[in-house]
Amino acid sequence: MVVACEEVWRQVSNYVDGEVDPGLRTAIDEHIRGCRRCAAVLDGTRNLIQLYGDERMLEVPLGFSHRLHRRLDQSMRPSLSNRRGFLGWMVATAAACLVVGTIEVARSLPFRGPQLRSQQAQLGNGVPPDLLVVVADDGKLFHLAACPFIHEKDKRRTITAAEASREGYTPCVRCLKKYLPVTVGEWTTGAETTAAFREPPLR
Amino acid sequence: MPERAISLESPAEQQNEAMLIRRVCDGERELFYQLIRPYERRVYAAAFAILRNEADAEDVAQEAMLKAFKHIGQFRAEARFSTWLIQITVNEARMRRRKAHANIMEPIADRADEEGNYTPRDFADWREIPSETLERKEVRQNLAAALAELGQIYREVFVLRDMQHLSIEETAKALGISTASVKTRLLRARLMLRDLLSPGLGGAWSGKLSFEKGTKPW
Repeated sequence: MVVACEEVWRQVSNYVDGEVDPGLRTAIDEHIRGCRRCAAVLDGTRNLIQLYGDERMLEVPLGFSHRLHRRLDQSMRPSLSNRRGFLGWMVATAAACLVVGTIEVARSLPFRGPQLRSQQAQLGNGVPPDLLVVVADDGKLFHLAACPFIHEKDKRRTITAAEASREGYTPCVRCLKKYLPVTVGEWTTGAETTAAFREPPLR
Repeated sequence: MPERAISLESPAEQQNEAMLIRRVCDGERELFYQLIRPYERRVYAAAFAILRNEADAEDVAQEAMLKAFKHIGQFRAEARFSTWLIQITVNEARMRRRKAHANIMEPIADRADEEGNYTPRDFADWREIPSETLERKEVRQNLAAALAELGQIYREVFVLRDMQHLSIEETAKALGISTASVKTRLLRARLMLRDLLSPGLGGAWSGKLSFEKGTKPW
């Protein structure tokens, strides 16, 4: 097989890459041995492939790698740091909401202690909570059953002292005197009261 | 056949790379840096070949790496990881170029008829340029300047094939063209560069690197 210069030029790239069939390769080899111009084309092509294929030709700007990693850091970590930041903000916001909400709820709710029926009365803190006492629906005090100062006798109920306190009743200072703090100027003693107003037997 | 300065990945390296990819996909994000380190320069070079602007090329290289990170789960080992990276880079660079040059006509060389034959200039005595001269910055600059003289379509193929050492098939895949087109463009790119780099052309590296009028057959 004989090849012309034009065919060598067309095939020089494939020849260098080893992409021509053996027959054509032999013919090109034969041609080049006798053609200075085609030999120069082949040499030049090989030479420039070697030059451009050198790693030194892949120059990058100074600091390229550093900037690339920094950019990746910024873009990869936001998913992490943003998430952390987001969680942090969520926790802080939830805590703040909880505090504010608690304060607001506390402010909006009425005082949960007993609403005393008599603002002048004292709480029956000393009265045994399971002591059975008598209250009248329209009254303000709870009494021992035998107390003569019970009003509205037809509307009275027997409940425990604890229940009476929760409903806002306060102890009668006469029949329940012994359970109340001693105050100055008392006109009876605890012994007298106890004797005068004995607790009636439970039915 | 000249020796390639950058060797292709060995099977052991490919295995290691496949393992790294798996681990990155499994959440070990920091390993991504290790995975891309061998290809950082290649990615930049691919972007620069298309954009010919350092700042744009760097930005596109970063974007391409980010995109690769985000979509690494979609990487199928049908191609080499390096080819996949280059493909992403080429697409990014082309998009950037389209946006930047939306109203600019393509260079004549880009619209050339690829079927025409190219007649290499008659430099009967090619004086070899030794690789050692690459130590000199001006030699590298002249080589880069000659490369910049090529039309876009030739430069892309040449950079991927002869600088990035992608195979014909990989180059075709990365650029979205046929292997026949790769071969045709590569031939032209090589012959044009040879003419541009001929030491006899206006004195060694001193003359203006451009084609002489009338020498392009297209």
